[in-house]
Amino acid sequence: MSESEKTPGLKKSANEAAQRILQWAKEESVGTCFDRADKLKPCPIGHTGACCKNCHMGPCRLTGKNAEEEGRGVCGATLPTITARNMVRSIAAGTSAHSDHARDMVLTLLAVAEGEAKDFQIKDVKKLHRVAGIIGVPTEGRETNAIAKDVALAFLEDFRRTKGELNYIKRAPKKTQERWKKWGVTPRCIDREVVEALHRTNIGVDADPDHLLQQGVRTALADGWGGCMISTDITDILFGTPEPVKAEASFGIFKEDEVNVVVHGHEPTFAETLVDVVGEPELVEYAKSKGAKGINLGGMCCTANEVLMRHGIPTAGGFTNQEIGMLTGLVDLMTVDVQCIMPSLGELAKKFHSTLVTTSQKAKIPGAVHVPFDEHNAKETARKIVRMAIDNFPNRKPAKLHENQKFPMIGGFSEEYIQYMQGGRWRGSFRPLNDAIMAGRVRGVVGLAGCDNPRMVATGVHRYIAMELIKQDVLIVSTGCGSGACGTAGYLTPETALEQAGPGLREVCEAIGIPPILHLGACVDNSRILTIATAMAAEGGLSDEIGGMPAVGIAPEWMSEKAIAIGVYFAASGVPVIFGGDSPVQASKEVTRIMTDVWLERFKGALHFEPDPEKILAMAFDYIDKAREALKLKKYEPGRFGAERVLMDMAARRELEKQAKPHVGIGY
Amino acid sequence: MSKLIAAGAIQGARAMVEKAREALEKAIAEKGEDFKFEFVDTAFYLPMIYAMTGFPVKTLADMKTALGFAEELLHESPGSETWLPYLGEALDSGMGMLFAEEIWLAARTVLGLEPAVDPETGYVYNGFITDTIQRNLGIQLVDGTMPGFAVIIGAAPDDDTAVKIARELQEKNILTFLCGNVNGNSVTKQLLRKGVELGWDSRIVPLGPDVEHALYAADWAIRASLIFGGKKPADFKAHLLYQKDRVFAFAIVLGPLNDTIWATGAGAINMGFPAIADTDIPVIHPTGVCIYEEVDKELDHSRIVQKAIEVRGLKIVVEKPPIPVAYGPAFEGERIRKEDMFIEFGGQRTPAFEWVRMREMDEVEDGKITVVGDNWKQQFEAGGKMPLGIIIDVAGRKMQKDFESVIERKIHHGINEAQGLWHMGQRDLNWIRINKAAKSAGVTLEHLGSIFTTMLRYKFRSIIDKVQVTIYTQEDEVKKLLEDARKSYKERDERLGSLTDETVDTFYSCLLCQSFAPSHVCVISPERLGLCGAYNWLDGKAAYEIDPTGGNQPITKGSLLDSRYGRYSGIDDYLKKASGGAVESLNLYTIMENPMTSCGCFECIVAIIPEANGVMLVQRGHQGMTPAGMKFSTLAGSVGGGMQTPGFMGVGRNFITSRKFLAGDGGLKRVVWMTKNLKESLREALTQRAVEEGVPDLLDKIADEDACEDSEKLLEHLAKVGHPALEMDPMI
Repeated sequence: MSESEKTPGLKKSANEAAQRILQWAKEESVGTCFDRADKLKPCPIGHTGACCKNCHMGPCRLTGKNAEEEGRGVCGATLPTITARNMVRSIAAGTSAHSDHARDMVLTLLAVAEGEAKDFQIKDVKKLHRVAGIIGVPTEGRETNAIAKDVALAFLEDFRRTKGELNYIKRAPKKTQERWKKWGVTPRCIDREVVEALHRTNIGVDADPDHLLQQGVRTALADGWGGCMISTDITDILFGTPEPVKAEASFGIFKEDEVNVVVHGHEPTFAETLVDVVGEPELVEYAKSKGAKGINLGGMCCTANEVLMRHGIPTAGGFTNQEIGMLTGLVDLMTVDVQCIMPSLGELAKKFHSTLVTTSQKAKIPGAVHVPFDEHNAKETARKIVRMAIDNFPNRKPAKLHENQKFPMIGGFSEEYIQYMQGGRWRGSFRPLNDAIMAGRVRGVVGLAGCDNPRMVATGVHRYIAMELIKQDVLIVSTGCGSGACGTAGYLTPETALEQAGPGLREVCEAIGIPPILHLGACVDNSRILTIATAMAAEGGLSDEIGGMPAVGIAPEWMSEKAIAIGVYFAASGVPVIFGGDSPVQASKEVTRIMTDVWLERFKGALHFEPDPEKILAMAFDYIDKAREALKLKKYEPGRFGAERVLMDMAARRELEKQAKPHVGIGY
Repeated sequence: MSKLIAAGAIQGARAMVEKAREALEKAIAEKGEDFKFEFVDTAFYLPMIYAMTGFPVKTLADMKTALGFAEELLHESPGSETWLPYLGEALDSGMGMLFAEEIWLAARTVLGLEPAVDPETGYVYNGFITDTIQRNLGIQLVDGTMPGFAVIIGAAPDDDTAVKIARELQEKNILTFLCGNVNGNSVTKQLLRKGVELGWDSRIVPLGPDVEHALYAADWAIRASLIFGGKKPADFKAHLLYQKDRVFAFAIVLGPLNDTIWATGAGAINMGFPAIADTDIPVIHPTGVCIYEEVDKELDHSRIVQKAIEVRGLKIVVEKPPIPVAYGPAFEGERIRKEDMFIEFGGQRTPAFEWVRMREMDEVEDGKITVVGDNWKQQFEAGGKMPLGIIIDVAGRKMQKDFESVIERKIHHGINEAQGLWHMGQRDLNWIRINKAAKSAGVTLEHLGSIFTTMLRYKFRSIIDKVQVTIYTQEDEVKKLLEDARKSYKERDERLGSLTDETVDTFYSCLLCQSFAPSHVCVISPERLGLCGAYNWLDGKAAYEIDPTGGNQPITKGSLLDSRYGRYSGIDDYLKKASGGAVESLNLYTIMENPMTSCGCFECIVAIIPEANGVMLVQRGHQGMTPAGMKFSTLAGSVGGGMQTPGFMGVGRNFITSRKFLAGDGGLKRVVWMTKNLKESLREALTQRAVEEGVPDLLDKIADEDACEDSEKLLEHLAKVGHPALEMDPMI
């Protein structure tokens, strides 16, 4: 990447349209996160994990030479203790975010099953049956709602159980489960792990860094195999398991002649309701009566991803685009729910005609109108908010800038569809992907996820890494703002495979008809990567657990505590993970060692922090190629692939049965 | 690019569903919705639809329902820009195509349009392939003599190329199906013009003139997993993986492709069958749906067969003797009519015999071929007929006297597999013909010798180290040696007669069929040959000596656990391992409790008739009804696939005359009904056994299809003739 892209200041966003709008905002003296980031440098002590403010004797800052060995807080806590405690608290916070979202999804499913949420139905009965099958809820001859109720109640247990283990633990490959058991990190439930994490990091409880991080791992696993996975599955059950869909990305999705309603945040429920009502003739007529040609629903961040995956609703991009979206002056109304919503939006909205609406009972923002939403009055609330947007349309000021940039994209890749696309209804499996990896057509798989970040050229590192990976035959699965970054760069098209991918990856993408980067959904849908990796392990020919796969997770622009929870649950599930930017545990060598070397040995995964994008790439390739070597796969050579043919005579055919391993399956 | 193929498949399937609907509506208009339909001689309804969905199509109304399944599998074509993925959708369309083709062909059958007839030449295509043919092929599918299957679609650029491709497939032992056409021309027509013999015997089977007729081949393949694999209807994943892993079929597409071909090809890819074209088409190389490439091309016709075989992952080892004509099992079935014949030997026309003798190592000069007779060359050149004594001396460190007969029986295949040579009978009842084409290609008596020196050495490698052939042509000499040979035959028969289950301590398994029927194990004892009829105890013993890790393994009998039912501890121990745990215990001499399992290629079925207190016997290929209330094809469905079904069992023909046949259930006297075919073919031995059983007129008391085809009439018959079964202990 170029020097200017690496150096913040010269360029704010890699998205050209964002850059143009920011330029305009600068001229108009409207500030954004980019300006605030320039003005406010991160505290160098807290930034590296050396600050403890867990009690009021501090904050204690452990700095200076030999701080690792000699530094002590007032209570006597060492630097490794403090850094580990900070890390564990981040994990607990991130886990809380996904899991609280998941709990609401479970409660919505329960309400639907009990007939209390008339505006919702179970759209994907097949998925309900699949999930019921995995967690042992009987389905044979039962009413859909009865099954749904039992599924919801079973998942509710995942929040409050005090003994035992999460329902979905058994969904992981056997060997992966064994590792968790061996190292005492199998989560019992979600709430207890979070509470225990907060307890143990309280003043004067747990002081052993490895022991602390062990609870961090257990909490993160409760996030991945609990909160995230439950949320993904229930969202699929209620709103449909995604299948590929065409959409558009970037700021050109806002329409100058229509009422622009923008959804932002992370929860799908209200946005789904908006999708349902926005086309209602009365509302469209009402919009026309106010001089608009129609109503245009768009989104940003992960709420956008949710409705993009299922309905092709266009997206304006990820985290750093939220203020920029408002800056277009075209947003008549933005509804926000939870997570990653900049409080600045309240003030910013006031500078334009835009209305900011908070809909979650958990989040109010100064400057926003609060219209609480719950599943019992869904459509009514949605109609009310759309009317507010329409009423606001006449207040729109003549546009000062016209930004038309938008890119077509394909989204909607669920685990189920990825299996389907490799063989259809009859032959769908992960055999072709495993084969492609074994033959060296596909060098490996990278999960490109995480936030985008104003402390670097926003989305620029995502773009750089994505392009370099696909050129070298690495298949990418992306989620959250990783998908936003790639979508607003125009990368999520099948044409990208033909024009940019390495020769092996290109052949695979061409055979199936897919982009080289598969958009799996919101950040909570990182759980789909876990189930995909599990399916690959079950299919055979690669590793028989998640660990040891030629696969890496990369979150090059992360900033949220949720990203930390995700990074840790991937590491503990067996995926080496590389985060960009500075390390939040940089202060302690010991904590860094535990999270890399020790975890790698125990779980075959690790969590690295590496600010240099080129080094991130090099590390990723190194992990992938070493995994290939350990699995005795064909050495990756660009353009040279193909399996050695094993020609079968009759004796070899008779042996088939003996070689066949029982298919442990993925519960599908 | 692949998108083009996918779009073609998706469009092709859409069009086919409409075409099938039209044909079906026509059939319904003519016959009504309730019209019952079945393809000739199958127990599996419309086999593809049945295997994939479990839905048995029995009437035209059912066909309408099934067409709905095909319709559900249709998709939209991928767009031209930012297209949606298309592989899964194309493969779904391919399956929809197979369903629609099956319905179209069924409707055409109802309308009297199938099997298709060529309007110009009157040539009748094979059409639907029966269950009987499938089962007949049995042992060939598993012993390596029919390792793969080709479907040729279209026409070669010229007749000679078509012949070359067909001959190459024949020489590689591959069963070839023909269908499709290029502007009316087809490989079928090209081969007919060139006088190539078509049909099951020559392993080139024209299915029909259109691409859609390829479905008959797919229908044939899918029955392998139903019959031999024991896969349940609707367990589509199991069926399709079986097809991919075990049915080594592929398509060769000659000439331009269209949507119908793409869609049919997509259907075949679901089954793991790749397609190789001779035109410059887009290819699909990534693997995983097929074992290797899904679609490939080879523009050079001299390489296309080899390419197809490699792409399918097929290993073919062909051993060919140094003779001037083509060689392989595909030529085994060819007939030599009198007018094509150049010369013949034996067959009651001249004295002749064939005799394999075990000799000491120093008595045999390996590869030596001698033709004895003063002017044999002139005699041969004159054609007509001449005496022929063939003595094959073999020696080897592991050679045993018992193997003489095993080796001698291979003479039949050895000669027949040569193009233009024909053999029948054995020992001193043999009959050999050489046709004019083979003669003009340069075949002489010495070539007979080289067939034996190469092929016997190859087939019995590790038993035979040396082979020497002496051929006698002078009548007096042949007659003299014939006496020695007969002495040897007699000794062998006596030895064989003394071989009983009690006198040996080792039985042999036959696992050859496990390439198709993974949990089936044949247990072969001296008095019970394999159910396919192809392997007896001596064959098993020899095969084990040839290849100690091969398909025939020794089973130490162990202790006798049940003398009446024939249960041995060694058999049980062996079975648990060899059947992968599917079968725990086996009784050799009863049908009522843990009887032997079947792969699917049994010669006959024994089935209990409870009301008659006995059993019935029906052979493969018998098309009529039986007193069990089922035809052979339906009965067979409940016997195959490696399952133990008390009261039902597949057996070899010659087991019926064994003293151990149902010995635990009362033996031959339990037989209350058998087909005339069986009665006649086994009459002599059966009569002898009947005498031994103390009921000399038993054969006359056993009913056949002339007496009855249902159990009510059977009971009347048995009562009338006083069949002994009525007086025996109850079977159940």
